[in-house]
Amino acid sequence: MDGGIDVIEFRSVTKRFADGTVAVDGLDLVVESGKITVFVGPSGCGKTTSLRMINRMIEPTEGTITVDGRDVMAGHPADLRRGIGYVIQQAGLFPHKTIRDNIATVPLLLGWSKPKARARAEELMQTVGLGPEMAGRYPAQLSGGQQQRVGVARALAADPPVLLMDEPFSAVDPVVRESLQDELLRLQGELGKTIVFVTHDIDEAVKLGDKVAVFRTGGHLAQYAEPAELLARPADDFVDGFVGRDRGYRTLGFLSDEVPLGTITPVHVGESATGGWTLVVDEEDKPLGWVTGAGPVAEADVLPGGTLHPVASGSLRSALDAALSSPSGQGVAVDDEGRLAGSISADAVLAALAAAREAA
Amino acid sequence: MVWDWIPRNTALIWGALQVHVVLALIPVVAGLVLAVPLGWLASRNGAVRAVFIPAASVLYTIPSLAVFIVLPAILGTQILDPLNVVVALTIYTVALLVRSVADALAAVPALVVAAATAMGYKPGRRFVSVELPLAVPVLIAGLRVAAVSNISLVSVGALIGVGGLGQLFTEGYQRDFPTEIIVGIVLIVLLALVVDGLLVLAGRFITPWARVAA
Amino acid sequence: MSLLFSYLFDAAHWSGPTGIPARIGEHLFYSVLALALGAVVAVPLGALIGHTRRGGFLVVGIANGMRALPELGLLTLLVLLMGIDLLPVTIALAVLAVPPLLAGTYSGVRNVDQGAVDAARGMGMREWQILFKVEIPNALPLILGGLRASALQVIATAAVAAYVSFGGLGRFLIDGLKSLDYSQMAAGAILVALLALAVEGLLALVQRAVVSPGLRGGGRRSPTAEITTPDSSPDSTDTTTATPEPAGATP
Repeated sequence: MDGGIDVIEFRSVTKRFADGTVAVDGLDLVVESGKITVFVGPSGCGKTTSLRMINRMIEPTEGTITVDGRDVMAGHPADLRRGIGYVIQQAGLFPHKTIRDNIATVPLLLGWSKPKARARAEELMQTVGLGPEMAGRYPAQLSGGQQQRVGVARALAADPPVLLMDEPFSAVDPVVRESLQDELLRLQGELGKTIVFVTHDIDEAVKLGDKVAVFRTGGHLAQYAEPAELLARPADDFVDGFVGRDRGYRTLGFLSDEVPLGTITPVHVGESATGGWTLVVDEEDKPLGWVTGAGPVAEADVLPGGTLHPVASGSLRSALDAALSSPSGQGVAVDDEGRLAGSISADAVLAALAAAREAA
Repeated sequence: MVWDWIPRNTALIWGALQVHVVLALIPVVAGLVLAVPLGWLASRNGAVRAVFIPAASVLYTIPSLAVFIVLPAILGTQILDPLNVVVALTIYTVALLVRSVADALAAVPALVVAAATAMGYKPGRRFVSVELPLAVPVLIAGLRVAAVSNISLVSVGALIGVGGLGQLFTEGYQRDFPTEIIVGIVLIVLLALVVDGLLVLAGRFITPWARVAA
Repeated sequence: MSLLFSYLFDAAHWSGPTGIPARIGEHLFYSVLALALGAVVAVPLGALIGHTRRGGFLVVGIANGMRALPELGLLTLLVLLMGIDLLPVTIALAVLAVPPLLAGTYSGVRNVDQGAVDAARGMGMREWQILFKVEIPNALPLILGGLRASALQVIATAAVAAYVSFGGLGRFLIDGLKSLDYSQMAAGAILVALLALAVEGLLALVQRAVVSPGLRGGGRRSPTAEITTPDSSPDSTDTTTATPEPAGATP
């Protein structure tokens, strides 16, 4: 954490390309230090151009961009870039170099000794969750998700305070993308970099961003806010349309208001159920599933339940999910240890939602 | 450069040019006719391909003059017979085009072939109406290389006394007369450019779908 | 058949300043000089055009134009203008080496994954570092493919030097032709072909040794790949090919 030093500031920045298209039009924006700021918008909105102007891959036509108070246009662009991590779509790994040497690129450019750079590379492989056996392999031997991890490790190699990520996860399949996103959040929790992240996917923006900048076609900034704010109060119709119809549902993900829990009487395996839907728990009171009908409960009779709602860390969304996905219509809430805490009804969630709306 | 040599020798130059065109282009046509069935075989049969393609590469390494000279011993022709040059250049052309044809046919999408079969094309008809036309762009590219190099190679025939623009080189060299050589070089390059351009146009003409594609 | 090999297998032809080993030496000497000169011109030019991605039409134009140049005419002209000297012979042969090397280097550099180049620039490599550390190592298979095609072409054609009174294996062809000694001509033809194949094999081994294992197999474009023009328009017929033409482009 660098405590507010590595601020990136755009001051009336405009980019006009040779063919006359205006990619970015009078952008004013402050990217806060130690946070993930996501630039999101439809294609042609100038989000990638804005990102690439930070490390001068594209130079602004008008206005100034400062990183840590210094104008990016001062000095040689290569020197600026060595201090800024850069991750792109498709990873852009060097096919002719091993994973270890790919990651060691920037340290070597900065003049580190080879052994030191390689040791650093191997340390980073561990950080991003790549096994040491990968060190000597070549990019072509890795899956898309693994390549993207190498891309992140390579950007982190010289420990730059600022990280630029240009649609880094858009080329991998949804399951891998989800795990890469979780990994990035975990890493950021440890590293506290100033990250600028470009995506066209509003879900990704809302999930990763501490703040989200929504761009509109023509290079205008439509709204710049925290995700919950963005979902709750879109600045205009464009943002409203972009965050989508299901934004009410997305909003639930940011509300952690307490939902009153109902009481529920579970049974253990071997005990007798009294009829209707009955919750079954193990010896530690952790939910196993549901049984229907009366009589003694055998393990084979237990039907899998829906998702569980963790009381301490969950949101209204996880509560609603739990209620709706349970076969009995009663959601199951658990405490931090996974022990049964109570039941949740969809009505209770909706009531909590109405209360939250009222308050907002 | 002795400019007035040119008008004084138009008959000589014109005659050499005609011979040159004939000697260079007959092999292109003959080579194409032979290469299509051979390339089709190679695209069908891995074993045939494994023999043809390396054999074609080895053929390239034999100097053309050597082929011009050795052929009479094999064909029983006279050493001065222009047929030697035609046969030699046909061999080069086939060697080059077999590979082009095989690669081009192999590159025709399997789905297209399957669709044609499903519509009731028999293999022979399907080859002529579907596979061959789709292979045309690659074939044209191969023909361009073959035509241009043949036009340049025919001149070597002059060393064994065969006519064509190459005669201007041997004569000019023996008479220490650069003008004649320069005229030969310029005409050969121009001829190559014209034939190359015609092949490009022909390719566009017979593959209208390639022009419309985005 | 004995006619084909009698000259070749006569021990008397294997020694002395006009013997087969000496002629092979001369032949290789001319070829290496020409390849070196060709490479000095073609590789930097191809790399520069490929790196800047500007002037691709130049590559197509130069490669096609030079391919059309008749070697025999070029050689006789240069010798008449510059005298019987190693330089005109080297220049005339280098002209053959340029098109495949230029096309191979250009398409090799140009076809390097743009993501890798973008990442290299974004990580703070200077332009020369991008060229030498990323583009050229990745282009190596195509550059060496171009070198192999050039070598084949030059070695097969270096025999032409004999026509303008130089040595090399072409001597057997020209002298044999004068005296209608088929056996001698056959020896020349066989030796040139064997030399070309041997050098080709050697270069293939070099290629294996110097190309990164990360670039082997899977999706690499072959050295005979077409060069796509910058806009890669649908009329792919407007592209030049790096396909080696018959290497015997003259004697």
